[in-house]
Amino acid sequence: MSDKVIHAIYDDDDVLLKAVKEVREANHHIEEVYTPFPVHGLEKAMGIANTRIAITAFLYGITGLGFAVWMMNYMMIEDWPQNIGGKPSFSYAENMPAFVPIMFELTVFFAAHLMVITFYMRSKIGPFVKASNPDPRTTDNMFLMEVPVTGDEKELETFLTKTGAVETKIVDKH
Amino acid sequence: MSHYEAPIREPLIIGDKSYHDISNDIAAPIEGKANKWWWAVFTLALVAFLWGVGAIAYTIGTGIGVWGLNNKINWAWDITNFVWWVGIGHAGTLISAVLLLFRQKWRMGINRSAEAMTIFAVFQAGLFPVIHMGRVWNGYWTMPIPNQFGNLWTNFNSPLLWDVFAISTYLTVSVVFWYTGLLPDFAMIRDRATKPFQKKIYSLLSFGWTGRAKDWQRFEEVSLVLAGLATPLVLSVHTIVSFDFATSVIPGWHSTVYPPYFVAGAVFSGFAMVQTLLIVMRKVSNLEAYITRGHIENMNKVILVTGGIVMVAYLSEFFVGWYSGSSYEDFVYLSVGAATGPYWWAFWALILCNGVFPQLLWIKKLRTNYTVSFIMALIINIGMWFERFDIIVINLSRGHLPSTWTMFEPTFVDIGIFMGTIGFFFVLFLLYARTFPAVAQAEVKSILKSSGDNYKRERDSK
Repeated sequence: MSDKVIHAIYDDDDVLLKAVKEVREANHHIEEVYTPFPVHGLEKAMGIANTRIAITAFLYGITGLGFAVWMMNYMMIEDWPQNIGGKPSFSYAENMPAFVPIMFELTVFFAAHLMVITFYMRSKIGPFVKASNPDPRTTDNMFLMEVPVTGDEKELETFLTKTGAVETKIVDKH
Repeated sequence: MSHYEAPIREPLIIGDKSYHDISNDIAAPIEGKANKWWWAVFTLALVAFLWGVGAIAYTIGTGIGVWGLNNKINWAWDITNFVWWVGIGHAGTLISAVLLLFRQKWRMGINRSAEAMTIFAVFQAGLFPVIHMGRVWNGYWTMPIPNQFGNLWTNFNSPLLWDVFAISTYLTVSVVFWYTGLLPDFAMIRDRATKPFQKKIYSLLSFGWTGRAKDWQRFEEVSLVLAGLATPLVLSVHTIVSFDFATSVIPGWHSTVYPPYFVAGAVFSGFAMVQTLLIVMRKVSNLEAYITRGHIENMNKVILVTGGIVMVAYLSEFFVGWYSGSSYEDFVYLSVGAATGPYWWAFWALILCNGVFPQLLWIKKLRTNYTVSFIMALIINIGMWFERFDIIVINLSRGHLPSTWTMFEPTFVDIGIFMGTIGFFFVLFLLYARTFPAVAQAEVKSILKSSGDNYKRERDSK
């Protein structure tokens, strides 16, 4: 592996999508693609595995539900089983309807927040993180494909230009 | 073209935009300078806000007695305004979450501002449960925190405690939903900023977003799951707010229709507020290409649907009040007693503003007219305030015991706090309009090819 990469810049998402397929067919590895907006079908074309973030959200939700049940059972039934307005505090089940709103809210709270935190951690974004997109135009209207250079540089460059890149640049790998 | 789009659909982005044009249009208000109109309105809002702060300080310093409450009508403007503001917030989540689940592309142009409105409205709402406490400084006792009173806990049977959980969950989830959606847009502003200070700020705000393929994949999944979570959340929040009344034994409050009825009313009033703000915003921020007549019409249609649901609820309340055979139900907020009683004007304000006038939106000419939509939105905002006022005050004014029958008169402090929240809301919204990308550019760019004017024309001519 060489320590150089080619940045091929495209100005259209449909061209990019086609180019990604062609580059993969030609057995070149695509290091990364930077786009200004979600290009539908891009991750499929690049062969990126599905994200499991929804599964984590489900598990977090179950955690939240469990926490709510445990908390209210402990506080309302075990610790201080008082009579408040004639509500039965003998068992959790008897007074369960009154606990439903908070069971629901805590499920959502845990699922939403922990999932978002997971997303931020997995994608390495957060306050004070420095942006690493190689070209500032990729958040505006340009699409950038990063391909590591293997073998002939010139050949790869002309190949990428043929796939519709409006600009190619060979840079050292950061 | 990448996919098939029915020719019957109206373009959602007009004026032959390119990706770069979208960036320019959305960054323009942020990169430009505020004009004197902005400063004038901002000053006005700020003065109202400060006046409200004074009224709140006076209330807390002197006591709740400075309000017009009495020992029968012990909730009035405070909770009316609370429910009103929470209700307004709901449209934002509806637009960003429910319309996302239904794959409504027209939400793209409006969701950012609608969500901002949600968050700012929930801020205002959140003030009221705090300041209407007799002992604000003990407010944290509503949290189940281990303590030195032998671990004295909260009572989880109370809808007011459910409110604490509902509102705080709603606010925080709305904020992260909104903020995550903002990351690519902040990144866009960051990457084109020329002033060093601005670059620094937006670098910080954009959390280092770079737009990698994997990030986008996760971003979309997170948005979808958050929308899936926010949809039941938004329904539950106003349901729980309605439980404040519905779980009581007060005639007129004790009603099982409240949860869906309150939610429908929330969407109704929330869309009216979105309408109020966006009709002005599209003009002053030059976003006419993204917030089109079609968007306004679609929102009016949602208003019409939810207004219809609210009307059905009014009629069913009226019917059940009679059908129940309970003599106490004769004086509830939707009864013959209320229509002719001392609060007849509040009753008829409700019927006219929510039931009668919005029905004019059935006429296409009116619902596609900006001025009519704007006035209608204001009428609905007023009407929905009266709905909450009627529910709360009329029902409390004529209770089980005739010797407790009384009237409510707001004081200048009640009014001042409400004015203050309106001022605070506009302070936040005006600041937002100048510093935040008011349209979700990443989302709008993703529908440009399917719904852009120029692309549609090109496709249709083939």
